[in-house]
Formats: sequence, C-alpha cells, structure tokens
Amino acid sequence: MTACGLDLARTGSPLIQVQGLTAGYGERIVLRDVDLEVFAGEIVIFLGGSGCGKSTLLKQMIGLEQPLAGKVLITGQDIHAARGTQRRRILNGFGVSYQTGALFGSLSVLENVLLPLEECTDLPETLRLRVARMKLAQVGLAGFESHAPAELSGGMVKRAAIARAMALDPCMLFLDEPSAGLDPVTSAELDALILDLARGLGMTFVIVTHELASVFAIADRVIMLSKAKQGIVAQGDPRDLRDHATDPLVKDFFHHHVSGMLNTSAEATSA
Amino acid sequence: MLFARNNTQGTPGERPERDFHFVLEGLQPNASGAMDGTLSGRLDVRNTGELWRRLHRVAGKSGPILLRLNVSKLEYVDASGLALFTELEEVLRSKGGKLELVGMRLELRRALDQFLVQSRAVAVPRSHGNILERIGRGTQRFFHDVRDLVGFVGLFASGFGQALRRPTSIRWRDFWLNCETVGANAVLIIMLIGFLMGLIISFQSAMPLRMFGAEIYVARLLGLSMVRELGPLVTAIILAGRSGASFAAELGTMKINEELNALNTMGLDPVRLLVVPRMLAAMCMTPLLTMVFILFSLVGGAVVMLSLGYPLVSYINQVTLSVGVGDLVNGLFKSLVFSVLVGGIGCVRGLQTGQGAWAVGAATTSAVVSGIVLIAVMDGIFAVLYYVFHY
Repeated sequence: MTACGLDLARTGSPLIQVQGLTAGYGERIVLRDVDLEVFAGEIVIFLGGSGCGKSTLLKQMIGLEQPLAGKVLITGQDIHAARGTQRRRILNGFGVSYQTGALFGSLSVLENVLLPLEECTDLPETLRLRVARMKLAQVGLAGFESHAPAELSGGMVKRAAIARAMALDPCMLFLDEPSAGLDPVTSAELDALILDLARGLGMTFVIVTHELASVFAIADRVIMLSKAKQGIVAQGDPRDLRDHATDPLVKDFFHHHVSGMLNTSAEATSA
Repeated sequence: MLFARNNTQGTPGERPERDFHFVLEGLQPNASGAMDGTLSGRLDVRNTGELWRRLHRVAGKSGPILLRLNVSKLEYVDASGLALFTELEEVLRSKGGKLELVGMRLELRRALDQFLVQSRAVAVPRSHGNILERIGRGTQRFFHDVRDLVGFVGLFASGFGQALRRPTSIRWRDFWLNCETVGANAVLIIMLIGFLMGLIISFQSAMPLRMFGAEIYVARLLGLSMVRELGPLVTAIILAGRSGASFAAELGTMKINEELNALNTMGLDPVRLLVVPRMLAAMCMTPLLTMVFILFSLVGGAVVMLSLGYPLVSYINQVTLSVGVGDLVNGLFKSLVFSVLVGGIGCVRGLQTGQGAWAVGAATTSAVVSGIVLIAVMDGIFAVLYYVFHY
C-alpha cells in the first residue's frame, strides 16, 4: 500500500473515495454530504470561490481534519478510522505539497527530501542519497542539493516540496495552490512538471488552485465547489464545463468573474 | 519508474500483505563461477532495504563476482529499487565484477537509463572551505555583527531622542502592554527566586560563621551582596531568559511575516514603533523588579535568622547598618544598564532574524546567550569602576 503505482490504473477501481462527507468548524458547516471518486492517473482540480471548502476538502482527504459525518477511503481504507501502523502506511502512500512549500528551514534541500526516507524506510544511506538526488533531478533541482530553502526562489521551493512529497514514491500527490505567488512562466513550468509526472509515471494528482490557465493546461477533471450549496456544484472536463455548462455559477466562474462573485451570485440564487 | 503487473485483480485494500513483497530465489554459484538468481514480485521503499542487505552479503565478498539476476518476473520497481540496481552495479564493478539483469522489460530498462542520467546530473555539493576560509568568514560575521549593533545603538538613540522631544510619538498603549509582560507578569518568578536565593545564601553562610559565633553577620553579608551585586545581576539574567527571548521571537516572527517591511514601506520607523516601547518598558521595569528581588531575598534571610533564634529587629538593624542609600543607588543604576543590554540585544537579534522558523529559534537563542554574556562582562566592568573610584 505504500506505493500503489501503475498497476492500480489497470484495475479501474478508484484510488480515493469520498462518501457522504460533511465537514465544518464548530457550528459552521462548510461541506455537506459530499461524494466523489478519484481514479488512478487522473489530474483532478478543485475549483471554486474563496471560502467554498476546497482546502477543507483537501484537508479531509489527507486526514488532517476529522469529518463530522461520512468517510474518506484511500486505496479502500478509511483514513480517519485507521490507527497506528495502518494509518502510517496510508499516509506514506501519498505525498502532499503545501501552499508555502513547508520546507524545513533548518535542513538543506537534499536533507528535506531525505527526511521521509530516513524516517519511514530501512534503506541504507547510499540508496537513500541516490533516491533523494534522483527526485531532485526529476523536478529540475539537480545542483541545488546543499542550498537552504531560504536561498531558493518561489518556483524552486514548490519544486523541492514536490520532490519531498515524492520521496517515498507515492502513487498520488495532493497539491494545495501550487501556482500561488508564482509568475506565469514559472507557473507554466510547474504545470509541465505535473503533466510529466502524471503522464510519465502515472501519478494521480489532486490539486487546489485558482489559476484557470493551469486548469486548462493540466486538468483531466474539474470539481467545482460552491459555498452556497456547501458541496459540489459541477464536475467534468474543464473545456466542456466552460463551453456547455448550464449552471449560472459555473458559467460565471469560467467567464472570468472574480471568485467572490460565485459566492454572491450563489447566495442570491439560493435565496 | 513504476511498471505494471499483469495479473492485478480486486481493490488494493483487499490484497494480502505477502503480495507486496519480492521473492529472491537461487543466488547460487553456477559452473562458470557466476552467481545466478531470480527476482520476482514487488520492489519498493518498504522492502528494498531488506533485498539490499541480502545482495550486499554476496556483493561485499572479496574478489570479482559476476551476479546475474533474472528480473523478468519483477512486477513493480520504484526509485529505491532502481537505486539498488545502480548501487549494486557500482559495488561489483569496483571489485572487477559485474551485474547482469536478465530478462529486463522495456519499461524497467527505460526507467533505469533515466535514473542513471538523472543521477549523473547531480552537481558536487558546495565546499565549506578550509580552516582559513572558515576563520575568515567567522571574523567577517563577527564584524558585521558589531556593525549591526553599532547601527542599532544609533537608530535606538535617534528614536529615543525623538520620543523624548515628542512624547506623543511614543505608542503608549504598547508601552503599557510591554510593562505588563516584562514587569507585572515576571513579579512572581522574581519573588520566588529572590526568596530562595536569600534563604540558601543565608543558610550556607550561617553554618561556617556559627563556628566563630558570628552568625549575626549573615544579615550584613546578605544585604550588601544582594543590593550591590546579586540583585541586579540575577534579575537581569532572569529577564534575559524571559523578556529578551520574547522580544527576539516576537520581532523575528514579524520580520519573516514581512510586517517590518510593511512598516518600512508605509514610511514608518520600526525602531520607533516597535523597539522604543519595548526598551522603555524594560528600562522602567527592571529596576523595580530588582527591588522586589532584593526585598524577597532579605525576607528569605530573615526566615533563616529567625530560625536560628535571632529577633527580627536585630536582623533589620544589621541590614540597615551595612547597606546605605548609595549602595541601593549603585545597584539600581547597574540594573538600569543591564535592562538596556537585555532589551537591546533582544530587539537587535529579532531584527537580524533570517528566513524561516529555524531562524526565529536561532535569534531567540542568540538573544539569551548574548544577553547573559554582555551582562556578565558589564558587571565585571562595574566592579572595576567601583573599585577604582572607591565607591
């Protein structure tokens, strides 16, 4: 279960299943009764206005927050119910890259990638070093091994974070706002990297982003969330949604309305 | 890197544990002296370490070894498996041997070739230089540090002068908040440590003085040492660990959150807004806390003297006879100077913070260590000055 790889792609069974998920903070419900599935090799993007629950859904899927109801199955196992070794195995089966990169500032770039290999495997040092360096080369950071995270540019930090997330060869990566704070060129380079990893290695991606350019460049499927509906309002191929969606919220979003418009118009509709 | 098995069925959660393992069979020398083996199953980060140990027992032997592994039934390999083949090949080659992977599927061959290319792309790590270079860099850092300190003193003096000329420019709300955190919130710990130090010093000195019938002089010893020396010194050290560290952490976090940049771009002076209220609070509160410390250390001494059978009035008489107003003024002046050091070093380390959470920790540690060292050095200077001027 640690690495589930391409072989799963041939089974057709979903890697991630979200079933009847309700999540919120205290009395406030953000997501209500959400169902979705993510299949191996897919690039799935969560879209929606600010406060619609994209990041909450991502945190639920990676087990950072407990649901109020429902469950999240990762490769068939309930991530919230799992304990001890089982939970650790599920967690080692995917990688997460956070909005800020979340690299450890006291460690070099190479040491950041080595950390999960040291803590979660019994590989000898020579193999750990080879794997870590290879991961950095894979994201285009060969030669930056001994740099401190503070010495890297924003795009490089995101790449290093992806390399660290891939250290244990997971079959899926969760990326929270990978393009945030990046210029369009760097953002496009990152999109190309994600496509390479998805198409070349068969990795599955679940991404939260606001960048429509990235959505059209890399997404196989878009899942659009709405604050008013407290859940999924539409899903499908991004071009199909843009060109053929009948839902006013989806049309608004794809016609470059600001994110807040989605919520406002949604609330108006529901009212 | 990963390639598929052909016979996968069912969902991954249903697979038995043994299905996630490799099988190594054979590995026996054949007639030509080569070692033959067959590797099948899965090879991933969870089990590559185990396979490495088994193969290394063979590869690690002296003399050239030809290791021939049939990998045609290998269903899954990740980066750790590729690293293993690459490393094994290098180990064997260094001894004149060789690794042959027989029946390699196209996907594995491609992945291995790509791994080798990416491994070679790795640059040599940066050198940290020889001993002379390191001494040079250390010296350079030291002088930069001194320059920063001098610059900070100038900025603070300018901000302080401006605040004195225009008291309304000081953010008094921040000043009172800092007075509360530096002063009021520290009173309990100062009282406790003062009381315990007075108790311990009195008790320890009473024992040898008793042999000469001079226990009553414990009061003089304690009074003079606490008022002139230990009171200001220990209070300042406690504040360096408490408030100096807090200043450094607070300003350091503000710096990495770019709050200081925000002030600068608004045309506001961070020293006037952030440093002056903290420094003023430290300067006002430290002498007061020193007096609390001295008072409670004398209470601790009184407890010991009362337990030895001396009346309270005799103890108070001895203290007032030995300690004059001048001694108290000396002690409080030292305390004021120490407060400038503690507050100043805390603020300057906070403003010097680099990037990341680690830098905040380093700044805080540095603030405490530098603060205590500076207090000790300054106390030594005071001792010499008081001796020279017979004060």
